[in-house]
Amino acid sequence: MKIYLKIWRQKNKDTKGQLEDHTLDNVSAEMSFLEMLDMLNLKLAKSGERPVEFDHDCREGICGQCGVMINGIAHGPLKNTTTCQLHMRSFKDGDTIYIEPFKAKAFPVIRDLKVDRTGFDDIIAAGGYVSVNTGQAPEANSIPVTHNEAEAAFDSAACIGCGACVATCKNASAALFTSAKISQFTHLPQGKKESAKRTVDMVNRMEELDFGHCTNTEACQIECPQDISVLNIAKMNFEYNKAKLKK
Amino acid sequence: MTKEIHANIPEGDLKDKWSNYKAKAKLVNPNNRKKLEVIVVGTGLAGASAAASLAEMGYKVKSFCFQDSPRRAHSVAAQGGVNAMKNYKNDGDSVFRMFYDTLKGGDFRSREANTYRLAECSASLIDQAVAQGVPFGREYSGYLRNRSFGGVQVSRTFYARGQTGQQLLLGSYQALMRQKETGQVKLYARHEMLDLVTIDGKAKGIIARNLDTGEIERHGAHAVILATGGFGKIYYLSTLAMGCNASAIWRAHKKGALMANPSWTQIHPTSLPQSGEYQSKLTLMSESLRNDGRIWVPQDKNETRKPKDIPEEERDYYLERKYPAFGNLAPRDIASRSAKEQIDAGKGIGALKNAVYLDFSHAIKEYGQDVIEERYGNLFTMYEKITGINAYKEPMKISPSAHFSMGGLWVDYDLMTTTPGLFAIGEANFSDHGANRLGANSLLQACVDGYYIAPYTLQNYLADEIQVAKTDVNHPAFDEAEKQVKSQLEKFVNLKGNKTAEEFHRELGKILYDKCGLSRSEDGLKKAITDIQNLREEFHENLLVPGDVEDINSELEKAGRVSDYFELAELMCIDALRREESCGAHFREEFQTEEGEAMRNDAEYSYSAAWEWSGQASEPILNKEPLKFEYVKPTQRNYK
Ligand SMILES: Cc1cc2nc3c(=O)[nH]c(=O)nc-3n(C[C@H](O)[C@H](O)[C@H](O)COP(=O)(O)OP(=O)(O)OC[C@H]3O[C@@H](n4cnc5c(N)ncnc54)[C@H](O)[C@@H]3O)c2cc1C
Ligand code: FES
Repeated sequence: MKIYLKIWRQKNKDTKGQLEDHTLDNVSAEMSFLEMLDMLNLKLAKSGERPVEFDHDCREGICGQCGVMINGIAHGPLKNTTTCQLHMRSFKDGDTIYIEPFKAKAFPVIRDLKVDRTGFDDIIAAGGYVSVNTGQAPEANSIPVTHNEAEAAFDSAACIGCGACVATCKNASAALFTSAKISQFTHLPQGKKESAKRTVDMVNRMEELDFGHCTNTEACQIECPQDISVLNIAKMNFEYNKAKLKK
Repeated sequence: MTKEIHANIPEGDLKDKWSNYKAKAKLVNPNNRKKLEVIVVGTGLAGASAAASLAEMGYKVKSFCFQDSPRRAHSVAAQGGVNAMKNYKNDGDSVFRMFYDTLKGGDFRSREANTYRLAECSASLIDQAVAQGVPFGREYSGYLRNRSFGGVQVSRTFYARGQTGQQLLLGSYQALMRQKETGQVKLYARHEMLDLVTIDGKAKGIIARNLDTGEIERHGAHAVILATGGFGKIYYLSTLAMGCNASAIWRAHKKGALMANPSWTQIHPTSLPQSGEYQSKLTLMSESLRNDGRIWVPQDKNETRKPKDIPEEERDYYLERKYPAFGNLAPRDIASRSAKEQIDAGKGIGALKNAVYLDFSHAIKEYGQDVIEERYGNLFTMYEKITGINAYKEPMKISPSAHFSMGGLWVDYDLMTTTPGLFAIGEANFSDHGANRLGANSLLQACVDGYYIAPYTLQNYLADEIQVAKTDVNHPAFDEAEKQVKSQLEKFVNLKGNKTAEEFHRELGKILYDKCGLSRSEDGLKKAITDIQNLREEFHENLLVPGDVEDINSELEKAGRVSDYFELAELMCIDALRREESCGAHFREEFQTEEGEAMRNDAEYSYSAAWEWSGQASEPILNKEPLKFEYVKPTQRNYK
């Protein structure tokens, strides 16, 4: 296949970026999207140009490190698929592909397609855990959790922290990410005791950082590689209000 | 001159050793802990759990990883499960049995005391993970669920769908972030350790590169823990992440720490086959699939029919045929080698004839698709995303792929290397898996090392460092290390050759996979050594690294990693060459039984090879740690 690329280049967060044109011949349908970028980078390197910086690590859809906007869609055209799992069979000969970084105020560009998602770590640090030290745990089966509750907790816990939800949201809200962690714990007896504090602290942290407000457009779930449900957001709002009332 | 190496195994009966150790280990008073600084490199299960646990105890911790967040360490990719001795199934499990399975799985090439401790501490890990909110699979009663994994006959594997590693890692990552919030941990993501700094023979800090800016930084501490994971990526095509590397342990090795059994690499039997030259990684399909999937190849090597059109009697379920007792659940080394046998005999399937079938049609018939979907749904989805094939309808195509490094830094019972103050935990060390790791035992090992062992043994070391002042990063040892690191980086950029690090890496990986992979021979290894030396020479003359040193530069990161791989690759071949026996994953063609099984030579090779850096990659010095078996009698492994 012949593929035309319009790819974002930006030196750092303080400079302006622009799209750059490149053409690749002999792209194979079996290639992954990132392998196509590898191909471009090899070509750039050989011709004395700077390769495009992009983030990736596991290349199997679980670490959450990859992620770019592909033709304006976070992680590209396939539903529930990370950039690294997208394959070139989703495109056809002669296609033009626009590749841009995840854009959000809270995700400043580091270079080209790489962005800084430290904000997500900060939200977790505010309360996304059960406060149990090593050694304090009781016997595992003394905390029964029904099959369905465990599965529901898992559904929320499956978030890979890639940031597609923020990049997709017109408000750049981190509500889906934050709510997934909050609801994971609402399904489990562990950590119930700190539920109210967790919710308030995490929501406050999200607002202190440069993430926007959720206006329920629900675009985030559609782009989420893990199909994390927007119902988590409703759950978070409920928990938040409940916590505020208690105060 | 060879080094004296002591495993420092505590006195007492096998089952009392760890308790005896803990009872006598030195402690540090809580007030003194805050004066002591510890560097933990790595935020996988081993690193995150150690960093969090040490911080909870009151130590000052600095935590490093090369990814943009600690949550992305490659532990995240583990799918199948984590073993622990809970005997919830009442199926005859015990600490001794788990210890024995692990030792036997490792083909009697690991230390009894360490392996026993792994089994002994396993139950606590499940308690800890559950308390953290890890959503393990549950029975309808609400109790924890188990499944079985290769190489054992009990069900001791706990799992969270096909994302066990992710869920366990998030548990320890969250514990780490909780400590970051208190200020007890300082986090350095997107930082790569490029050298170890030793002062008067003791580990005192590291040189790290800020990958966003290219800045070289000095970090001092009272002790350094390396939890930098496995180096299977050395084969280029592997199940590891793109950034996985050996650089941290290799550079520590060059500063004096010994490297043990570097050639012992587990080649996983169930990964997706390579489909083209451009390929950058091989995706693993969890071994748990072998619980319900049956592996086969057509009997006729010229077979052209679709798998479903091939009648039962014309299929060879070769694992079930050769190993009736374990069947499709034979240990990994055996399953991989058997697949290679079929592929080499021309019976491989797929366009490149490089794969075998993993078939779920029987299980779907027996349990229904919904049950299979609940067990492995995400794996089937992943398979379809990558291959475009629906595996509920036709069998998966799988093939062996480089996966896990049993070898690593040599450590004693305390998980301390031969460099005082330098500890190695998780996959970065060599300790518990012998010559072959059992499935679901390495998440466990990473966690046990980090949560339960390092916090005790490190404290035992730090107790003697209370009087020692904070490490001065202006010490000449830091100047020297920084100078070396900088000059190497500059050299890479200035070579201006015409082959990228990635291109060299592919070639190196191919040499290793062919000659130092699933099977090895004297001739092959000797040839590989010459090839590696030649390619390494070319690398140092013809490398192309675009961009600058003092800037973000992925190509430069790769260059450093590949440069270390070139040295380690040679050591792997030398290690494999010098071990004139077959054991576990190390299969020397010259040493096999009449039936083609691995033939150990206990009289001469019952030792761990602990290699010492001589200053010359081609002339490493061999030190031997003899393995003594007091509680079990090594037998020939039999899974028939
Ligand atoms: C695909 C796959 C599936 C697996 N499935 C299972 C399973 O089902 N069950 C099981 O028990 N085991 C499984 N394993 C093995 C298991 O996941 C690993 O052995 C284990 O997670 C290793 O943990 P770790 O903490 O030692 O290393 P990792 O999780 O790899 O972490 C390494 C850390 O070190 C950091 N690092 C590395 N080098 C540097 C450097 N130079 N400077 C700074 N930081 C550095 C990285 O950033 C990372 O944070 C699997 C492995 C793979 C690859
Ligand atoms: S690279 Fe890990 S999710 Fe894509």
